[in-house]
Amino acid sequence: MSEPVLSVRDLVVEFTAREGVLTAVNGVSFDVHAGEVLGLVGESGSGKSVTGLAVLGLIDPPGRIASGAILLNGEDLTKKSEAELRRLRGRNIAMIFQDPMTTLNPVLRVDTQMIEAIRAHEKVSERAARDRARDALAKVGIPSPEERLVSYPHQFSGGMRQRVAIAIALLHRPAVLVADEPTTALDVTIQAQILSEVQQLAAESGTALVWITHDLSVVAGLADRVAVMYAGRIVEEGRVADVLERPAHPYTNGLIGSVPSRNRRGEPLAQIPGMTPSLASLPPGCAFAPRCPRADAVCKAPPGVTHTGGARAFRCFHPLIPVEAAA
Amino acid sequence: MLVYVIRRLGQAALVLAVMATLVFIAVYAVGDPVAILASPQADQQELEAITQRLGLDRPLYEQYGLFVWNALHGDLGRSFVYNEPALTLILNRLPATLELALTALVIAVFIGIPLGLYAGLKPQSLGGHSIMAGSILGFSLPNFWQGLMLVLLFSVMLGWFPAGGRGTTRELLGVPVSFLTLDGLSHLILPALNLALYKMALVIRLTRAGTREVMLQDYIRFARAKGLSQSRVIGVHVLKNILIPVVTVLGLELGSMIAFAVVTETVFAYPGIGKLLIDSIGRLDRPVIVAYLMLTVVMFVIINLIVDLIYAAIDPRVRLEEAKA
Repeated sequence: MSEPVLSVRDLVVEFTAREGVLTAVNGVSFDVHAGEVLGLVGESGSGKSVTGLAVLGLIDPPGRIASGAILLNGEDLTKKSEAELRRLRGRNIAMIFQDPMTTLNPVLRVDTQMIEAIRAHEKVSERAARDRARDALAKVGIPSPEERLVSYPHQFSGGMRQRVAIAIALLHRPAVLVADEPTTALDVTIQAQILSEVQQLAAESGTALVWITHDLSVVAGLADRVAVMYAGRIVEEGRVADVLERPAHPYTNGLIGSVPSRNRRGEPLAQIPGMTPSLASLPPGCAFAPRCPRADAVCKAPPGVTHTGGARAFRCFHPLIPVEAAA
Repeated sequence: MLVYVIRRLGQAALVLAVMATLVFIAVYAVGDPVAILASPQADQQELEAITQRLGLDRPLYEQYGLFVWNALHGDLGRSFVYNEPALTLILNRLPATLELALTALVIAVFIGIPLGLYAGLKPQSLGGHSIMAGSILGFSLPNFWQGLMLVLLFSVMLGWFPAGGRGTTRELLGVPVSFLTLDGLSHLILPALNLALYKMALVIRLTRAGTREVMLQDYIRFARAKGLSQSRVIGVHVLKNILIPVVTVLGLELGSMIAFAVVTETVFAYPGIGKLLIDSIGRLDRPVIVAYLMLTVVMFVIINLIVDLIYAAIDPRVRLEEAKA
């Protein structure tokens, strides 16, 4: 396979809080190749959104990237100045957010918000930028884009707003698009439309997608590979079909079991006992051990990464799949 | 839009009528101006002559009826003291106060918003803490004391600015203004600063609170993710959102600065309407008091209307046609 467009290596993000230094992202590594979709899955507080923001260099104090590297086409973003990062943001690497009601500035017209995004990176006339903005709106399926340009965000529905945000994010055909649960707040029908549109647009421009979500069904339909995060670490990674069909990590298994299924009508829904640990009081060993049905004394030590065939990796002493020779 | 304006003006007329009635009766009840106007040596006959000249010998309902009739014809009565139409008296003094209040507003906005932005963006910095501490002083120290200290520091000790009066004025569109002459400007600065200090503290606090709230919004994050420069994010995305509360409050405050610049005008012996009001209350000069308060109501109504219009201009979600009340 070719070089990855985005390669995150041992990323550590820390937040200084009253309780001390909290490690929200603890040694996360992943690669994304051009045109590929990586699903980054986890519960609230697992560090998936922070990972996404870190990739854009948008971690604000009291948070900071403590160590690790974020390589975009081989260049380390953690070593760049704020001005250099600004030139990359929106042009080479873009991001869309969860709540379409709040990602667009309520007091600025859509054309203002699109034209400024174009002119932040390219010296083009107002008129040319406007034409491009209109075409971008048409491309994400917004009817009568010319009139919609002069509308304010509150005049759009949630799905339409998210389309506008996607149009803005893809204006410069970025190499990487980080999508932080962009369909969570939408109706399922709209969600499906937007997923397929983003998939198509990203494939057209060869944009690599990092799709952050807690919804495994979204991952199943959209992603090529999936990385499951728990308490700041990636606990399992692999091709979507492999991971969802034969999960190695008990946490992944629990997540899959928690999806309400049509086949088990009437039975009580499965759940993972307990809740995500607070970052201030992580257990010393495997962070999932207190909730894990397979945990024993070995799990008091932090598990290392086990690689198996088919580009799979997990952090567990008691995987649910047989460990092949590659270990 | 037009309906909205008309409805607002209708409400204003009602407020005006109620207010004028209340003040008219209240001043009548407070005391007899003749006792103050006439010289101590005046005999009964002279007192009666004055009372009759001022129309105070008639029963209250007649006095009031006459007042309403004249007011509807644009005549708010003649001052008991100056024997001039009350409205003329006030309008002659109004430019001075307007100039003072507007200068104070400009100072409050152009110093208050940048300081508030800075304090909001860097709340933990030394500068941020100092600005907030300073704004507490601006809030809590009495206005007249701040005025006296300004006089003490800049007039008495440093000798930079005169301690009182209005200075040389020059006509601008037929209105005497002092900011066009160097002498007038130097007379204007201290009282304007005095009047601005409290508002500045208010603007700083509003701006800071707004900035801290807006900075956490997703749309600011998204704006930064688009690769916009810091100055664009703050100057457009943040500023336009925090201006909404600032404009609302400043509109109300501008009214109160014009109407109640009394303390500042007294400390700096500034010949504005505030000082006229205090003098008139002291002499129970009813026509001037009533006319002054009516003018104040009209001014507040106009300012609030303008604020609503500006509000609709900055916040597209506000639609005036739908406003109910």
